[in-house]
Amino acid sequence: MRAPLPTPSQPSPPVVDIQPPLRYKRYAGWILLILIIVMCSIQTKVTPYQLITGLPQMGQLLKEMFPPDWSYIPTIWAPMMETVQIAILGTTIGGIIAVPVALLCSYNIMPNRFIALPVRMILNLVRTIPDLLFAAIFVAVFGIGPFAGMLALVFFSFGIIAKLTFEAIEAIDPGPLEAMTAVGASRLQVIRFGVLPQALPYFMSYLLYTFEVNVRAASVLGLVGAGGIGLLLDRSLGLFRYDRACVIILLTLVIVLIIDYSSTWIRRKLL
Amino acid sequence: MRLIPSKTSSSSSKHIALTRIRFGIIAIVVALIYYWSIQGMHFEGLQSTAGTVSRSILQGFLHPDWSFVYLAEGEDLLRGLLDTLIISILGTVVAAITCIPFAFWASSNMSRHLATSGSGKIILSIIRVFPEIIVAILFIKAVGPGSFAGVLALGIHSIGMLGKLYSETIESIDHGPEEALIASGANRLQVLRYAVLPQVIPQFLSYSLYRFEINIRSATTLGLVGAGGIGTPLIFALQVRNWNRVGIILLGIIFLVVMTDLISGWVRKRII
Repeated sequence: MRAPLPTPSQPSPPVVDIQPPLRYKRYAGWILLILIIVMCSIQTKVTPYQLITGLPQMGQLLKEMFPPDWSYIPTIWAPMMETVQIAILGTTIGGIIAVPVALLCSYNIMPNRFIALPVRMILNLVRTIPDLLFAAIFVAVFGIGPFAGMLALVFFSFGIIAKLTFEAIEAIDPGPLEAMTAVGASRLQVIRFGVLPQALPYFMSYLLYTFEVNVRAASVLGLVGAGGIGLLLDRSLGLFRYDRACVIILLTLVIVLIIDYSSTWIRRKLL
Repeated sequence: MRLIPSKTSSSSSKHIALTRIRFGIIAIVVALIYYWSIQGMHFEGLQSTAGTVSRSILQGFLHPDWSFVYLAEGEDLLRGLLDTLIISILGTVVAAITCIPFAFWASSNMSRHLATSGSGKIILSIIRVFPEIIVAILFIKAVGPGSFAGVLALGIHSIGMLGKLYSETIESIDHGPEEALIASGANRLQVLRYAVLPQVIPQFLSYSLYRFEINIRSATTLGLVGAGGIGTPLIFALQVRNWNRVGIILLGIIFLVVMTDLISGWVRKRII
């Protein structure tokens, strides 16, 4: 899902002293890791003891969730569908915006790095901003409702799809592009007849993949007021109606699984 | 569409017709899906205040509230970021350890029956489906708001993905050392210790670091529902429309994410 940022190649540090035997180095690494963990748990006062004392409470919560209040399904059906609609539109619009940007920052289409590099940096910045934060900002501008959630997903999916697509474009076979340039095709013709046929299956596959991610994201957007099922979940939890919360969670689970399986099936057919 | 124009046999033209029909059906289905989606998106028009709000958001982002970086009484940016970092470190550690039994359970080469590994795989995919925010809300109800709920949420949610990646690693190990050890009379535990673990540990660490990078991003938003970290001051600043503060928190999040990505990428390169 959220892919790591591409790291610029680091200059290797000059070797100054003799390398100690590998075994000590490995032990030092493990000890450092354990030290970090201990320091972290001291700082936040998170201890395994707390975990053990918290478990019965967790069990109590699960007990209150069952039996689920199945009569709640007709009420949550419309918001659930709204969640899917938000995800569909957000992914599509984000994907459409991502195409020209992905072309702009592929080195093999846009050899001018003064354009490609800043565009890539902007893409990296967009991807560091969490979707819920986008949603909270758009709720402030456009008011509470699914439109703010859709816009949040537009930006969120734009970041993912543009990155994945430009990497796919850079990996395409340069042969057809060179052949077309050699016979005098314009830049646009090269993109239309050389790049598009090769990159389109990948693009569609990334679009579907992002859609899967977005359905999950859309199900929690309602927590900040951006439409979808999240608002009802928040409300049932606030009213301590855990049996209703359980129905919402189960229905979300079923919808997400159905979408995941169908999307994976289509993706396998595409590639 | 006309790939074979020289062949004018009936079978190829039939094939073309079939492709066209299939393409048409797909197009109609896609169009219906979009029609349905747009129906659900009722756009009420811009808020009357949208202009001023956007302007103040822009103003806030251009003039971040630098005084929030460090406050003597606490609850400042640095402590929030530190909390976020710690939540994701601990969450990743919890998941990296807890998912090992799940991974062995779900690996098809570790059990004789396909049903065993199959059930493990299903459990992992069910865990993966729950968004971490929902897991966080449940844990907040159970153990109260704070970093601990965040750690548990990330820990449980990450098991799904890490378990899957771990089990794929276990499935792809080289069976030579394992067979050699069995042939020389090693028991199951010894095989695990000397043949399996040395092969999978570097890959496990690398996947855990990758998950850590994802968890940092998730941890920034966990606070929005009350599970500790930088999200808590962020949601307060958003609620009172303090855009200067939102601006500085956003800068802090970007800084934290970029830095951890760089460091973790560097460590990952050294491990493998």
